[in-house]
Amino acid sequence: MPETLTKFIFGRLTLESLPLHEPIVVGTFIVVALGGLAVLAAITYFKLWGYLWREWFTSVDHKKIGVMYMALGLVMLLRGFSDAIMMRLQQAIAFNGSEGYLNAHHYDQIFTAHGVIMIFFVAMPFVTGLMNFVVPLQIGARDVSFPFLNNFSFWMTVGGAILVMASLFVGEFARTGWLAYPPLSGINYSPDVGVDYYIWALQVAGVGTTLSGINLICTIIKMRAPGMTMMRMPVFTWTSLCTNILIVASFPVLTAVLTLLALDRYVGTNFFTNDFGGNPMMYVNLIWIWGHPEVYILILPLFGVFSEVTSTFSGKRLFGYTSMVYATVVITILSYLVWLHHFFTMGSGASVNSFFGITTMIISIPTGAKMFNWLFTMYRGRIRFELPMMWTVAFMLTFVVGGMTGVLLAVPPADFVLHNSLFLIAHFHNVIIGGVLFGLFAGIAYWWPKAFGFRLDPFWGKVSFWCWVLGFWFAFMPLYILGLMGVTRRMRVFDDPSLQIWFVIAAFGAVLIAAGIAAFLVQIFVSIRRREALADHTGDPWDGRTLEWSTSSPPPAYNFAFTPIIRDNDAWWDMKKAGYRRPLSGFKPIHMPKNTGTGVILAVFSVALGFGLIWYMWWLAALSFVCLIATAIGHTFNYHRDFDIPAAEVAQTEEARTTLLAAQG
Amino acid sequence: MSAHDHAGHDHAHGGAAHGSLRGYLIGFFLSVILTAIPFWLVMDGVIDNKQATAVIVMAFAVVQIIVHMIFFLHMNPASEGGWSMLALIFTVILVVIVLSGSLWVMYHLNANMMPAVHEMRQMP
Repeated sequence: MPETLTKFIFGRLTLESLPLHEPIVVGTFIVVALGGLAVLAAITYFKLWGYLWREWFTSVDHKKIGVMYMALGLVMLLRGFSDAIMMRLQQAIAFNGSEGYLNAHHYDQIFTAHGVIMIFFVAMPFVTGLMNFVVPLQIGARDVSFPFLNNFSFWMTVGGAILVMASLFVGEFARTGWLAYPPLSGINYSPDVGVDYYIWALQVAGVGTTLSGINLICTIIKMRAPGMTMMRMPVFTWTSLCTNILIVASFPVLTAVLTLLALDRYVGTNFFTNDFGGNPMMYVNLIWIWGHPEVYILILPLFGVFSEVTSTFSGKRLFGYTSMVYATVVITILSYLVWLHHFFTMGSGASVNSFFGITTMIISIPTGAKMFNWLFTMYRGRIRFELPMMWTVAFMLTFVVGGMTGVLLAVPPADFVLHNSLFLIAHFHNVIIGGVLFGLFAGIAYWWPKAFGFRLDPFWGKVSFWCWVLGFWFAFMPLYILGLMGVTRRMRVFDDPSLQIWFVIAAFGAVLIAAGIAAFLVQIFVSIRRREALADHTGDPWDGRTLEWSTSSPPPAYNFAFTPIIRDNDAWWDMKKAGYRRPLSGFKPIHMPKNTGTGVILAVFSVALGFGLIWYMWWLAALSFVCLIATAIGHTFNYHRDFDIPAAEVAQTEEARTTLLAAQG
Repeated sequence: MSAHDHAGHDHAHGGAAHGSLRGYLIGFFLSVILTAIPFWLVMDGVIDNKQATAVIVMAFAVVQIIVHMIFFLHMNPASEGGWSMLALIFTVILVVIVLSGSLWVMYHLNANMMPAVHEMRQMP
């Protein structure tokens, strides 16, 4: 085949692009390929394709989409954590002239991939999944406002994840750090495909995130059950609302800044170059205008989870509901006023630095208020130390340390010493693991019985809990110490042998966390095996307070046979106190959205478009773009989007639940 | 879309009004005029001062945004039960923070960090 034709078809993709010279990557590929083939074979063998496609992939049910988001987050957690433990091992052994086992080229990709995956494809799917599953149930709605959009958003997030995963085996990933600062990420210093994978993976996933933000805002504002005024919304719904407002207001900034970077790389503009009037500092400024709200996008929903868990397991109404709401709203606004604290050292004057230092310190006040609200909720409560509550207490103890080191870093002179040191790494892992991840585990343990109708096994949950909590402290306290000694982030080899002991302790912590993740997987497996023993037929295993506990576990497709009427903050608690009786007759047909495969198809075209752009296969990019637009327009002519669940079917479902409840006594 | 059967399709209750042909035509002509004037200002160099021209063009852009919001997005203080207005205020606050903050920060960074043009004495 003539060279021009090959170049036309494959762009810059050649056989040399496959990382066959990296034994570690080849080994990983073989393991992943075998594992993937085994999964595919199992699905085919058990004839699950039809079931998966009809019941899950094309589903517009917010509960199923929520569960799929959680599954995506879990899979990507395994990938992101593999990167983490490889870094820990490298840093623990690369002393006394040893180069470790990772070359610089590979190591740089690993720390970039770790950050990108953990934020965009672990934390974000987990948080979005939780909100998707819980919010409509908490506000007494039957689905989100735009059910198809929800399915589409999910598949776009998957599309981004697929592009990142593809970069491991086809070509390479960015070697720039997780925010890809220019000029390093510019075409002159990163001419290969790594940064392009980064750009298009985030752009594809970003579409999903933004649309799902719009969807949930609309749901919360327009679809609350009658009687649920804003100040009667559960705190988790409030924090979800603020999070989605942050998403809608900040993700366009990320999209814009990545588009400008893409223009620099693809068509030779000079927004962020060193020459021709470009200014790389503008990129840093813009990306942190997105980046700081992003931090609160991740943590706010988990603050909601802790509020729900604390009040449920203390058997008390949440202390200071109003202050909790106002604290959340204040954090939402203030999160836009602190972005410069990520680059105090870039050269702003004293006035700018002190302004942003002070706003950063101010933002710790509403967060502190929340902490006291949880403590006062527990005070004189009848606390049940079930798994979700254990995670919550661990969060309070851990997160406070992370918050305080954050206030230390907010002091500009201190930041000049600690900037980009391991102290910073320890700080943000302290708040992200201690806040976001612990909150996710609390939320998963809390709402799992609602999603599947049986509890998670407590023994393996406790094993996972202790491994995670101890592992976290072992892994990150040494980094605080190293950071204070001046060790910077992203180092591959070290000269000073006296530092090694701390890295060995940190690696030990990472091994404990690995055990924690393994125990979590075992917990899920064991719980599914023992689902009869762990079953919950009441729909309200924790003596809950909010509406999601009023329906069955798992909830029927329509969530609520009748839309509940809300008279109090803790709606379900109030209903229980008032002697609520389930209506047993008078069911009406329920109007519901139909499943559609369009979301999957659009996402497939988006991935193809991204892949074409990354490898300069212009025909593929153009073709998939045309298909993408055509499919989207074609979908608007689909008028068969809804159906009615017949009243008889509703009556049957509810009758089955009545029997189950009666059997409980 | 569906599944909002109890939210209802009734725009009478605080929903945004759909526009009339008249409204769309007024909006369209206003937009054309508001686009043509800045174009003319720049192409014919009507005002000598370039900075003044830029400021005037920006001002026309702001008016243009308002025209779009009123005639095409049908926004008024009461639409959607006040949520549109609230969202607008929030958006304006954020845009002001982002733009003025970026100008302030980038002015400092340019003054302090861009190579060899300035002296340290002139630090803001």
